[in-house]
Parts: sequence; structure tokens; C-alpha cells
Amino acid sequence: MKYILSRLLHMFLVLWAVGTILFFMFRLMPGTPLAAFIDNTTTVEQQEALIRQFGLDKSLGEQYWLFMTNALQGDLGQSFFFKRPVTEIVMEVLPNTIILTMSSLIVAYIFGALAGAYLAWHRGSWIEGVGIPIALTTRAAPEFWLGMVMLAIFAFGLGWFPAGGANTSGAIFANEWARIFSWDYLSHLALPALTLAIYLQGLPLLLMRSNMLEVLQEEFITMGRMKGLSNRTILLNHAARNALLPVATAFALGIGSAIGGNVVVETVFSWPGIGRLLVNAVAASDYPLAQGAFLIITFVLIIMNFIADITYHLLDPRVRFAASS
Amino acid sequence: MPQAPDTTLAISRPRNTFLKGVGRSLGSAFSVARRDPYAAVGLAIYLAFAVIAIFADQLVHNDPLEILFTPDYDLARNLPPSSEFWLGTTYSGRDIYSQLIMGTRSALIVGLTAAFCVVAIGTVIGLIAGYFRGWVDTALMRLADIALGVPFLPFVIVLAAFLEPSQWNVVIGIALLLWPNSARVIRAQVMSLRERAFVEAARVTGAGPWRILFVHVAPNVLALSFLYASVAVGWAILTEASISFLGFGPSNTVSWGSMLQDAYASQALGRGQYYWFIPPGLCIIAIVVAGFFISRGYEEILFPKLKA
Repeated sequence: MKYILSRLLHMFLVLWAVGTILFFMFRLMPGTPLAAFIDNTTTVEQQEALIRQFGLDKSLGEQYWLFMTNALQGDLGQSFFFKRPVTEIVMEVLPNTIILTMSSLIVAYIFGALAGAYLAWHRGSWIEGVGIPIALTTRAAPEFWLGMVMLAIFAFGLGWFPAGGANTSGAIFANEWARIFSWDYLSHLALPALTLAIYLQGLPLLLMRSNMLEVLQEEFITMGRMKGLSNRTILLNHAARNALLPVATAFALGIGSAIGGNVVVETVFSWPGIGRLLVNAVAASDYPLAQGAFLIITFVLIIMNFIADITYHLLDPRVRFAASS
Repeated sequence: MPQAPDTTLAISRPRNTFLKGVGRSLGSAFSVARRDPYAAVGLAIYLAFAVIAIFADQLVHNDPLEILFTPDYDLARNLPPSSEFWLGTTYSGRDIYSQLIMGTRSALIVGLTAAFCVVAIGTVIGLIAGYFRGWVDTALMRLADIALGVPFLPFVIVLAAFLEPSQWNVVIGIALLLWPNSARVIRAQVMSLRERAFVEAARVTGAGPWRILFVHVAPNVLALSFLYASVAVGWAILTEASISFLGFGPSNTVSWGSMLQDAYASQALGRGQYYWFIPPGLCIIAIVVAGFFISRGYEEILFPKLKA
């Protein structure tokens, strides 16, 4: 319990520090944030009114205080471009990113854990000789390039899947759930999710394999063999169970990093998620929106790091014992 | 030659020891390659790309940014591969083969500088944190937690958008955010090294902490630094490609990422111009995989437990 509290405190400290870095990074960068939507016809008075409206006439210290207190209440300011609250815009696209990330992560980790266990069992065979270089290659391929190849083959070449977006334009649905479970949405989801899954499965695969190799050398495995248990029982009930723990931790960490890393995949497939929102906001110099999207991505990353920490701590008594002694 | 005074001897010796350490770790890179087939393949790929990068000026057929015309003065747009244009031409009439060759150079420059910066920072911080411990260690490790709390790719995107478009943005972003990985491992290694007899011996002979750290301890962690550097090269190249693909890269240099961005934006996917967007991706994969292979070979020798 004490450990959880100290990690929690630590997490808030990191959140605050990263938030502060973000604030000053966006504020101290060259160029005026208003340049994006001031044209020749705006008068000096209008410009001043805009600057006041966004609170840019206040001192840096005041702005920092406002930013922090507002962010705590979930208010991330107004988008320059959309003239709507940032929180609202981000929350609209966040479900798309979460669905994309989770569906690809689940596919990737189930496949990766199974394939990793399989490769560990066949250590030294030709299957391993082929499997490992393939796994390493998928981790080395740029996600966006993988996405481009997928698009060229399955969307443009064969015409099996749509080429981008999350829904056919003009499609109307009864509610959000009906939209997400519609055939239209799922067929749009297939290619980006598959691309991400191919990229992500390498880590659980290699992790599972090396854990399995370690566990298979333990005495309780030898014991199982001496008892005459079948290979399948040893593999699934004894070895895989123990090797899964670090993979579960990697899964939590994976959620955090994938949400930030989705940026390129979302851009390739024009997937309306938070990563693409960030890219567009940065390109349009929409600072409040970019900052808000960035902050949400950071928030998810840090929370997931925390959860990974805690699950590891709770699930493995050895770690718990080492920390308390 | 006149006898050098003692002081210069004392100053020059540590440099030699350090250089020897560097030489040893480079030498071990080749001995690793002899023992591990993965590492050998990785090293061969690196050498091949290095040769291409060095002789890029001789290998290209055209200036990679030059807009080309056919003999009858039409724009050489979207030409398929031929004996004149080995990989065809782009939508705006540029030679894809020449772009691919020149891209090798920028990829290697970004990859190697970024790897050097991030590992240099990580090694120095790991050495200091592990050796001095106490509040220095705590402060540096908190800093590491904060750096790991910043989402990497979004940070580089914002950095690249705010600073002048240049390849160095990627190097800066990687140096600022990715050092904790190597720093943590090197710190742990230094913590065990500082209790060894040879460090104690150095302390007894009156060597100061910095001298012990950089002359006696540092050479022993260089192999670990090398391991992280070989992976960091790949990370840097992948990141540079992503940033260029998103349109935040420099427009006056050709890189594999900018080639892919050009192909994507000019609808090469819809026209099925595989000869345009497949080769740069394969080059990126080859060089990143080479880094993975080398680090794998290193790992098996540094941590032989896994080899059993």
C-alpha cells in the first residue's frame, strides 16, 4: 500500500513536470500563435481583442497559473482554428484512437505470446532460424511504410478495403455504438489495425520467447518432466503461465506508447484519431489544440506506466518482497 | 626527444587508456561478428551502406532533386524502371534511383550522430549516477523518469515544427528523450563495478573520483554503450523517416522518409508504382535490422546466460 502511494505521488510529480515543460515549450517557441488566422482585413483592435480573448496579454507567470488550474479542471483552452473548447475536440476523436490501439494491441499480444512460446519450445530448430529474423524485421519496418504497402495492395490493388477515414462520408448512424459496430466502421478499421498489429507483435513475441527459455530451465519444469507430464501440460500450465507476467506488463506499457506512436498510422489511413489531430494542429499552428492533444497523450502514457508498475508489483511476490525488505 | 615532464605523462596516460578502451570495444565488435552469424550479417549490411554513402556522388546518375525531361522535351513524369532510370521517375520527374542512393547518406548521418549523442549522454549520466549515488543519483533518475514520461514521436513532431526544418531536430529530440534507457543500465553496471578491487586499488593510489570514473570504470561499460548505440541508430533512422513522412522534414535534402512522403502525396499508391515506394522502405528495414542483429550478437556475449 505504501508502495502504491509513493508511486502515485511520483506519477503526479512526473505529470506536473511534463505539463510544465509542455507549457513553456509551446509558449517560448518563436512566432506569434495568432499568425494562423490573422489576415490583411483584421484591424489592430481586432488583433488586440483576439490576444485578450486567448489571455495572451497576461504575464507568463499568470498564464502558467491559469493553464495549470484550468488543466486540472479538464479545461484545455480554446482551439484557434475550430474556435471550440480543446477538450471537446479531443474527446470526440479519442474513442477512435482507443479502438484502433486496443484492437491492434490485443491481436498483437495474443499472436505474439503464442508465437513466442512456440519458438521457445522449438529452440534450435529451423523454425526458430526463420521466425526470429522475421520478428525482428517486422519491428524494423516503419509503420507508415507498412501502411502504404497495405493500402497499395488491399485498398487500391484488390479493392477489398476502403482507403482511409473511419466511415464512408455521409453515413448516418443511430448512435455512437451503432457507428462503431457497423460493418462500415469495422472495414475501415481493418487495415490500420492490422498494420499496427504487425508492427506491435514483435515485442511480445521476443519477450515471451526469452521468458519461456528462462522458465524452462527452472527446477519445477524438470520436476514436471519427472512426474511424466506431457509436453503440452508443461508448456501451457507450467511454463507459459510464469512467462506471461512480463508480457502483461509490456501490454500496459504498450497502450501508453502506442497511443503516442499511432501518429503515423493514423495519418497514413486518415484515421480521425488523436495522433492525426496533433499533426494537423501542429501544421496549422493551432497551439492550444496541439498542446491539449499532446497533454492527453502524455496523460495516457504516464498513467499506463504507473499501471504497469503496479501490476508488476502486485502480481509478482518476489518483486513485492524485494521492495519491502 | 627530450624527456617529457611527469605532469604531461600523467595527463596523457588516461587519454591513452580511454582510447585503448574505445579501440578494444571496436575490436570486439569484429570479434563478436566472427562468433555470431547474426552480428556478422548486421555488420556486413552496415559496411555496405557505409560504402554506398561514401561513394554516393559517384553512384548517382542525376542530381536527386533535378527535374528531368525526355529527349522530346516532355517532363519525365512517372516513367517505369528502364536502363536509363533504374527505378523509374517520380511524379515531378526526378530519378528515384539517385534519390535512393543519396538517401543512404542522410540516413547514416542522422542515425550515427543521434546514436552517438544519445549514448554519450546516457553513458556519462549513468556513470555519474552510479558512481556518486546519493542525491545526485536520485536527481538524475527523476530526470530520467520525466524524459520517459514525454511521448517520443509527438515531442519530435512539435520540436520539428517549431525549429527550422532540419534533420538535426530528430537528433536533438532523440538525444533529449532516449538517454534514460542506456543511462539506467549503465548506472546498474557502474554500481557493481565501483565495489570491485581495481577501483579500490585506484582509490588507494590517490586517484580522484573523476579520474577513477573515466579512466578505470568507463572502459568497462563501453561494450554496453555500444550495444545501445547499435539499436539507437535504427531508432533515429525510423524517427527521421516518420518526421519526414509527416511533412516536418527539410525540403532541400533527400531522405528515404521524404521519398515516401512524396510517393504518398503524389498518389503513387493508387497508381501501383511499387518501384517507387518499396525500395526506400526496404532500405530502412535493412539498416534497422542490421542494428538489431549486431545488438543481439553483443547481448549473447555480454549476457551468456541466455546462450545455454
